[in-house]
Amino acid sequence: MSERGRLAVYLPAALALAALLVLAFLRMPAFGGTVHLYRDLAVPAAVRHVTANVVSAVNFDQRALDTLGEESILLGSVVGVAALLRPAQRESERRPPRTGRTLESTGLLGYLLLPVTLIVGFDVVAHGQLTPGGGFQGGVVLATGIHLLYLAGSYRALERLRPVEVFDAGEALGAGMFTVLGLIGVLAGTAFLQNFLPMGSFGALFSAGTVPVLNALVGVEVACGAVVLLTHFFTEDLTVSVAEQDDGSHQGSEKE
Amino acid sequence: MTVLIAVALTLVAAIGAVVVGTHSPERQAVVLSMFGMALTVLFVTVQAPDVALSQLGVGAALVPLMVMLAIRRIRRDQRGDERRPGKDEE
Amino acid sequence: MSIYPYCVAAWLMLAGAYGIVRSRNMVHAVVCLSVCQSGTYVLLLAVGYQHGATAPVFGSTTTPNRNVVDPVVQAMTLTDIVVSATVTALLLALAIQVNKRQRTVDPNELVALKG
Repeated sequence: MSERGRLAVYLPAALALAALLVLAFLRMPAFGGTVHLYRDLAVPAAVRHVTANVVSAVNFDQRALDTLGEESILLGSVVGVAALLRPAQRESERRPPRTGRTLESTGLLGYLLLPVTLIVGFDVVAHGQLTPGGGFQGGVVLATGIHLLYLAGSYRALERLRPVEVFDAGEALGAGMFTVLGLIGVLAGTAFLQNFLPMGSFGALFSAGTVPVLNALVGVEVACGAVVLLTHFFTEDLTVSVAEQDDGSHQGSEKE
Repeated sequence: MTVLIAVALTLVAAIGAVVVGTHSPERQAVVLSMFGMALTVLFVTVQAPDVALSQLGVGAALVPLMVMLAIRRIRRDQRGDERRPGKDEE
Repeated sequence: MSIYPYCVAAWLMLAGAYGIVRSRNMVHAVVCLSVCQSGTYVLLLAVGYQHGATAPVFGSTTTPNRNVVDPVVQAMTLTDIVVSATVTALLLALAIQVNKRQRTVDPNELVALKG
C-alpha cells in the first residue's frame, strides 16, 4: 500500500477511535478517585502473607502464575533474538574497539561506577519484598551495570566478565527453578505456586514466604536474559558480514 | 501534587510526539531515552516507585542501547554495500 | 484534570500508530511501537491513582493501611514494561536480519511485503 493510502486508512480510523476513547473516558471513574476494588482485596492479602511491598506480593504471590508466563515470554524472546542474530558462517569478527578512543576520565568513571552499580543491583533484588524494587528492576540494573565496562572502553574485560554460556544457563535455570518451586508447593500439599514457606515477621529480610525466593529467581533470569540480549546486539555491532553482500545479490535474483 | 502530575503528563505527551516525529534513527534513540526518563518522573509522581525503577532501567537505558546498537549495525551493512569491498577483506 | 491522564494515554497510542504508518525505517517503526505501548502504562497507572494516597509499600514505621494507590495495576505495568522490552529486542533483531538479506529497512522498498 502506498504511503498516501496508508494515511487515508489511518486518519479516519484514528479520529473514530479517539472519539470512542474520549466517550469511554468520560464514563470512567474520575482520575484520583477513592474507589479501588482490587486494592481493597490485594492489600489485606499482602498483609496476611507479611509482605511489606504490596506490588511484589501481587507479582510473586497473588499473580505468580502470570509472572511465570511473563518469564516465559522473556525466555522466548531471548531465544528468538539468539536465533535471529546467530552469526552466519561467513561473518568474520572485527577487532574490538581500541581503548585509546575513550577519554581517561570516562574510563575511570566506568570502572568506579561498576562495583557501585552491581551492589545497588543486588540490593534492589534482595529487598524486593520490603522496599520498591525486586527481581525485574534489580536484574536490569545488574545487566546494564556490567556493560559499563564497554563505556570504560575495555571490551576485552567485558568479554572476560561475561561468559555467555554461563548467562545462558543462568537464564534457563532461573525460569526452570521458578516452575520447580511451584511444583514443590504442589508436592507439599498446596496449589501450584502457592505461598507455602513460613511467613516470618513483618519487614524482616526473610519474610513473606516464597516471595523473596521467586523474586531472586526472577532477578537471576532477568539479569542473565538482559545480558544475553545485549551480548547478541554488541556482537552484531562488532562483526562484519563482508561475504554476505555477494550472497544478498544472489538471493535477490533467486527469488525472481 | 496534582500540578506536578499534570506537568509530568504534559511532558510525557510532548516528548512522545517528538520521538515519533524524529526521523533520524540515531537522534531518535537519544530522544527515546529522554522519553523513558519523562515516564520515570511521571511514575514517581503517581506513587509508583516500583514501576519508576523498572522504567528507568528498561526505558531509559536498556531499550535505547539496543536501538543504538541495531542502528549502527544496519548503517554499517548499508555503507559496506555502497563501497562493495573486495574478497580480500574476508 | 479528571480525564486528562486517560487522554494522554490515548494520545501516546495514536501518536505511536501514526509514526508506524508514516515510517520509512523499520527501526523507527519499532521505536514508535514502544511509544504506543507506553500509552498502556499511563492508562493503567492513571486508573489506579488516588489523590493523597501513598505508594503501596509499608515499612516498619508505616503500619499497613488501605490509603494507598492500587498495587495491582502497578504489578501489571511492571509486566508490561518487561514485555515491551523483549518485544522491542525481538523486532530489532528481525530488522537487522531483514537488512542483511534485503539491504534495506524501508518498508516501502521491501519486495516481500508487497502483495
